[in-house]
Amino acid sequence: MNMRLDTVYETGEGLASSDQIDALFAKVSQRHDARRRLVSVVLRGSVYAGAALTAVVLAFLVGYILIKGVPYLTPSLFEWKYNSTNVSLMPALINTVLMALVSLLLAVPFGVGSAIYLVEYAKRGSKFVQLVRTTTETLQGIPSIIYGLFGLLFFVTALGWGLSLFSGACTLAIMILPVVMRTSEEALLAVPDSYREGGFGLGAGRLRTVFRCVLPSAIPGILGGVILGLGRIVGEVAALLFTAGTIAQIPNFGASGLMALFDSARTLAVHMYVLASEGLYINQTYATAVVLLALVVLLNLAATFAAKKMNKGHKDD
Amino acid sequence: MTNATLTKAAPTTESLTTASPMKAKAKEIDYKPDVKKSARASSSLGADSNKPVTVKMGVYDLDLYYKDFQALNKINLEFPENQVTALIGPSGCGKSTLLKSLNRMNDLIEGCRIEGEITLDGADARKTIDVNSLRRRVGMVFQQPNPFPMSVYDNIAFGPRTHGIKSRSDLDEVVERSLRDAAIWDELKDRLKKNALGLSGGQQQRLCIARALAVRPEVLLMDEATSALDPISTAKIEELVGELKTRYTVIMVTHNMLQALRVSDKTAFFLLGEMVETGVTDDIFTNPQDSRTADYVAGRFG
Amino acid sequence: MANHALKEGFARILFLAAAGVSILAVALICVFLFANGVPAIAQIGLPDFIFGTTWRPANDVYGIFPMIVGSIYVTAGAIVVGVPVGLLCAIFLSRFASKGIARILKPGVELLAGIPSVVYGFFGLIVMVPFIRAHTPGNGLSLLAASILLGIMILPTIITVAQSALDAVPQKYYEGALALGANHERATFRILVPAATSGIMAGIVLGVGRAIGETMAVIMVAGNQPVIPESLFGGVRTMTANIVIEMGYAADLHRGALIATGVVLFVFVLLITMIFNAMKKRSEAR
Repeated sequence: MNMRLDTVYETGEGLASSDQIDALFAKVSQRHDARRRLVSVVLRGSVYAGAALTAVVLAFLVGYILIKGVPYLTPSLFEWKYNSTNVSLMPALINTVLMALVSLLLAVPFGVGSAIYLVEYAKRGSKFVQLVRTTTETLQGIPSIIYGLFGLLFFVTALGWGLSLFSGACTLAIMILPVVMRTSEEALLAVPDSYREGGFGLGAGRLRTVFRCVLPSAIPGILGGVILGLGRIVGEVAALLFTAGTIAQIPNFGASGLMALFDSARTLAVHMYVLASEGLYINQTYATAVVLLALVVLLNLAATFAAKKMNKGHKDD
Repeated sequence: MTNATLTKAAPTTESLTTASPMKAKAKEIDYKPDVKKSARASSSLGADSNKPVTVKMGVYDLDLYYKDFQALNKINLEFPENQVTALIGPSGCGKSTLLKSLNRMNDLIEGCRIEGEITLDGADARKTIDVNSLRRRVGMVFQQPNPFPMSVYDNIAFGPRTHGIKSRSDLDEVVERSLRDAAIWDELKDRLKKNALGLSGGQQQRLCIARALAVRPEVLLMDEATSALDPISTAKIEELVGELKTRYTVIMVTHNMLQALRVSDKTAFFLLGEMVETGVTDDIFTNPQDSRTADYVAGRFG
Repeated sequence: MANHALKEGFARILFLAAAGVSILAVALICVFLFANGVPAIAQIGLPDFIFGTTWRPANDVYGIFPMIVGSIYVTAGAIVVGVPVGLLCAIFLSRFASKGIARILKPGVELLAGIPSVVYGFFGLIVMVPFIRAHTPGNGLSLLAASILLGIMILPTIITVAQSALDAVPQKYYEGALALGANHERATFRILVPAATSGIMAGIVLGVGRAIGETMAVIMVAGNQPVIPESLFGGVRTMTANIVIEMGYAADLHRGALIATGVVLFVFVLLITMIFNAMKKRSEAR
């Protein structure tokens, strides 16, 4: 046995001695080993199962839609005009692009401008900044159906824009505003202060410094936010049903110019919802789902690319 | 039991030196140059209490690589039972790396490769002992206090629970014993249910020592355990280490040479991944054999 | 010089105005929603509206209690399905996965997050509903189908938030546990997961927010009967579904009642957002 001098330790009345505790450990440890191994195996197994289940669900979902949909990606599905024989998704696809363009045109200037104000101008933690933060977080949590209701009440009815591409785009713009704003803010915050000092050091004003020195290196980050917003626009249905309507035509810009923005227009996701709920064109619905999935994958790739670009940009500093 | 009076009077350890039985014995050890041979001898003598000293852990011809970089080069070193061994040397010399090899914490580092032999009670620590029981027997206290974000009680009880002690009364005993052994019971007995992160840095570190003691280790590794602490906390822990060695084998890495001098019985000096010199602490500091050791302990580099 | 100062001042005001847009948006949403919804609630009577169990627009009876219960049931079901799987997957990605597997699975989870809810709904309608119909009483359009589908849909939210919470736990806790002889599983489940609790909870709350607000996928698989479901296999209508299904043709008080449903949903979501923010503050305070 080792030398053991209990007297030098703080002692406690009636407390088990060290040797007693050693004995307890020796007794329990042996018995416990097998149990511990079993618990580990079970835990490890469930962790792997959780991951596997996620992967299987994803693979099954994507695989099923691809297998069912790809064979029906026929040329007739991409004809310019929609009718009930070809069930063409082309007008809806073009409407999606238009919708995305108009929404982004509205959301990005406000989102980025707002981020610039918060990062470059405002005093951190002022009442105004806190209010902007709170409202942005609130906006981020609002479900799209509420946006749809609001769009219906405000743009469609109160402003009298009717069920139109523009009503829809305005609704979506508010919906993606917080996303664009938050990512732009993060991107601006990630720009090192030395860039700003560089600008001011050359005697440039704040405005010039922001646009010449800060904004350029924040662009990949801002782009990441824009892509996230795009993803929501592409997949959105609930916010558009009662704001942009379900007409399967491209607005006629040739005849009515910009006023065509006030025509009703269904996007691809709305198109798919209509097809699915009619239940008459299941195969074409699959094919439409494939196109939607392809758009999402493209956007995800673009987002990854932007994120890489951004990380690289700052690693060079 | 020996109760020899110390020859070396360390300022902060005045009160406990009288209770330290090993100092005189440490002086008797003759470190033979042929470590390999002495290792074999000692492992066969493991249970013989008549021998002056037992080798608790040993490191033989140890090479350690991080990918292509060789961090340790042919290290041979023995850690005598119930003594404090200090590993000293400038930053990056490999002393922490060696310490972490002893309880295989280096396994966590990707690309880390070890060749050579590490023994615990003469058994090969890497081959014959399961890594979890090795870490139970060879406890560790880290440079930064790292109590878990939970109550003081649960911090201490985590280890015993891990090793199968479930009953509340047993756990109560172990927790109190450990806190008393770490000389922090009186400070914490009314705060057992409080979150450990609310303690001061020094208290956190002693809590971590108590936590390490709670799994009944045989060896205690301390990786610059006082470097993040204030002088008073440091003194308390040094005092504690002096007491702990009556029961445990302590191996400490320190940057503080005075600490090594105050606390340790044996010292090993490392430089650039090699062990330059080892011996009784007083000898290393007063009569170093190697000029590099002499330079270091004289404060010429570090 | 004066010109320069003018430009700077003008830009400042422009950026300030942009920052004000989100405040304006929230204010407008509140005003329009409440102005159109509250009168209807007043006319129906708040207790009758909230706790009325009959929804029969033809007779001007508007009780949304079944829809409130429906939303809560469906959300709870989604939590039961999604949280365990999502949490385990997050633990896997954070502490078990090799770099190669994580590099494949992580974009997969992101893809799962990006898939539009109509696609989920369609998948549920075509694959899950017939399966449930074949193995249970009822026609398959059910609380069960909605719960499973929503459970899948909130997976990426929970995985992403929980993983970043787990990744943020300092490595020193893990090392401390290992140094006491705990194995990888025990250190992960007994130390890391508890240390990440507040972040994980935030992920769950975010998932709840997504589940309760989800509309299109639920409509397609839930059956949408405006009654409190008797079993897992019965149909259920959520507040979101109530709005979408009837808004197209509603008028007068019926329309007001639908908007008022939106008000109730809005209040629910505000509560969830507040809980989420409180949790985030607490986890940041750590």
